[in-house]
Amino acid sequence: MKENKTLLKKVKSRMFGREANWYAYIFLLPWIIGIAFFVIRPLALAIYYSFCEVNITARGIVCEWIGFDNFQEIWVKDINFIEQELSFLIQVILQVPIIVIFALLAALLLNTNLKGKGIFRTIFFLPVIVVSGPIINELQGQGATSVASSDQMIVTQVISSFLPEWLVEPISGLFSQLILILWYSGIQIIMFLAILQKIDLNMIEAAKIDGATGWEIFWKITLPAIRSIILLNAVYTLVYLANSGTNGVINLISAAMLKATRGYGYASSMAWMHSLIVLVLLGLIFLMLKGKADAFLKKQKKIAKENKRRERQRRRWEADAKKRADA
Amino acid sequence: MLKNVPMRKNPFSKEGARRFLLGSYEEKGFLVKFALYLVLIVISYIYLYPLLYMLVTSFMSVDDLVNDSVHWIPTSLNFDNFKQAFEVMDFKNTILDTLQLSVIPAACQVVVCCLTGYAFSRYRFKGKAIGWGLLILTFVLPSQATMVPTYLIFKDMNIIGTVWAFVLPAVLGQGFKTTIITLVFFLFFSQISTSQIEAASLDGCGHFKVFFYIALPCVGAAFIIGFLFSLVWYWNETYLTSMYISNSSIGNTNSMTTLLVKLSQFEASYKLLNEGNGDNTLNEAIRMAGTVICITPLLVVYFCLQKYFVQSVDMVGLKD
Repeated sequence: MKENKTLLKKVKSRMFGREANWYAYIFLLPWIIGIAFFVIRPLALAIYYSFCEVNITARGIVCEWIGFDNFQEIWVKDINFIEQELSFLIQVILQVPIIVIFALLAALLLNTNLKGKGIFRTIFFLPVIVVSGPIINELQGQGATSVASSDQMIVTQVISSFLPEWLVEPISGLFSQLILILWYSGIQIIMFLAILQKIDLNMIEAAKIDGATGWEIFWKITLPAIRSIILLNAVYTLVYLANSGTNGVINLISAAMLKATRGYGYASSMAWMHSLIVLVLLGLIFLMLKGKADAFLKKQKKIAKENKRRERQRRRWEADAKKRADA
Repeated sequence: MLKNVPMRKNPFSKEGARRFLLGSYEEKGFLVKFALYLVLIVISYIYLYPLLYMLVTSFMSVDDLVNDSVHWIPTSLNFDNFKQAFEVMDFKNTILDTLQLSVIPAACQVVVCCLTGYAFSRYRFKGKAIGWGLLILTFVLPSQATMVPTYLIFKDMNIIGTVWAFVLPAVLGQGFKTTIITLVFFLFFSQISTSQIEAASLDGCGHFKVFFYIALPCVGAAFIIGFLFSLVWYWNETYLTSMYISNSSIGNTNSMTTLLVKLSQFEASYKLLNEGNGDNTLNEAIRMAGTVICITPLLVVYFCLQKYFVQSVDMVGLKD
């Protein structure tokens, strides 16, 4: 018994100890080389450009150091940036939860034992192909992605009767984009579907035998198992919305790049500001979805601790009883 | 609870009707199934409608397009549109370039993402926090900010206009949206329990054997997802492709192009092809035919891979 324990300790230190962690660098080797070659220099240059006035001429790139002028101009003089950033914020707050929840529901539907689920799964992959390409623009041009306009008028009227003015436009816009939102959730659906298939069916069967309803199974088994993918999908949706060509801020950056008056330096400082905001949002999403996971683990730990305490108490009682019996 | 339910199914008794409509322990009821199918069919309709419209339009002749009474069924199947679209996009040459520029980088990217994701999920190495930071930063920063510096690096390496401009970053883990695929692998790998690794190690497996025999079989689904996604992303990319690969300003006339780049230049190349043909203007049907040609290969790939996707997932479920 003792031998086994020392062997296990040995194995543990071999596989998880400090020495073992050198193997990480072997697995990371290609990625680290890639970082060194393709990331460090562009990142450094992008930071440098954001403090410069950059002119791309026929002979090369001419930089003139102007300090924080670019950033100052973005926040103080450029009205467009703040306006677009605000509308992006509202878009994120409204659309990220809707997309993630819709994708989850769709994946749950596709995961049930229905006849013809293979066909449905294939159909639900269509948005992945369509959205990432220029085809979506063509479809939007045809009006295939929005609800008919007469309906939208009614929706706007209804909403404006009980909501403040500044919320009416984004929400009625949401209704007109409802179908577009369905299109945006293709990748999320596939990811949810993949993780849902990995959930242990025995566990669900056991819960069913114990009398759990489908509702309870969803909240107690399915949801904890896919929590990490929910976080991943929320992050992906956020970054997709932030960097897609339909985003106003990205359009501003692209436009500034080509303009002679603003130039590439201004565009890259705008890009940095935009990614700073996205990073803050990312942190918020992380805290919101991660916090719950921690609470769950905490509860688990607490229960384990409690069990251990009881076990110890029981042993003490047994020992006491034995002593008394011996006496 | 189950004791009270009559064993024989009689849909005309009160209990039987309830079971038929609402379902029981073993089976979903008729109403539930009906609702599920209804929702699925409505969403499928939303996804299919524009594509069906596209497909139908691509078969229409000019007369059908103008005729108001022809809406869904063209009067005759007109393959002429496809013939013209194939010609305009120079399909024979372009498809080879497109395959090279999408399949090779996608495959490389998935393998490297797998390695990176494994390292991040399995080990606690020095600089892990910095690694996470870089992983997230390269994801969040818009590609516009690093485009010009990256272009300069590619130019120094002399790989502009070749496949290497896509393959080299993919091999070194810096392809399109690498971070998201890495994260998928990270999540799939972190579901492997440490006791499984311990057990394998007790049986004499080293680090690499654990990776190949324990970790890899658990992430088959991640491989297929990652490959599909990155294939689609590389296939559909036009902006960076026209910048790094088919840039006409470098002077080499026979540079590579993809179907999607050709599609974005459709109107111009159509006019060039039909110069002097009088009133032969581009109609919607030919454009639609071009679009159908662009997405069909991806759909075929998904039809083929989808089977393995479900299968590999099921296999993993059994192994746990």
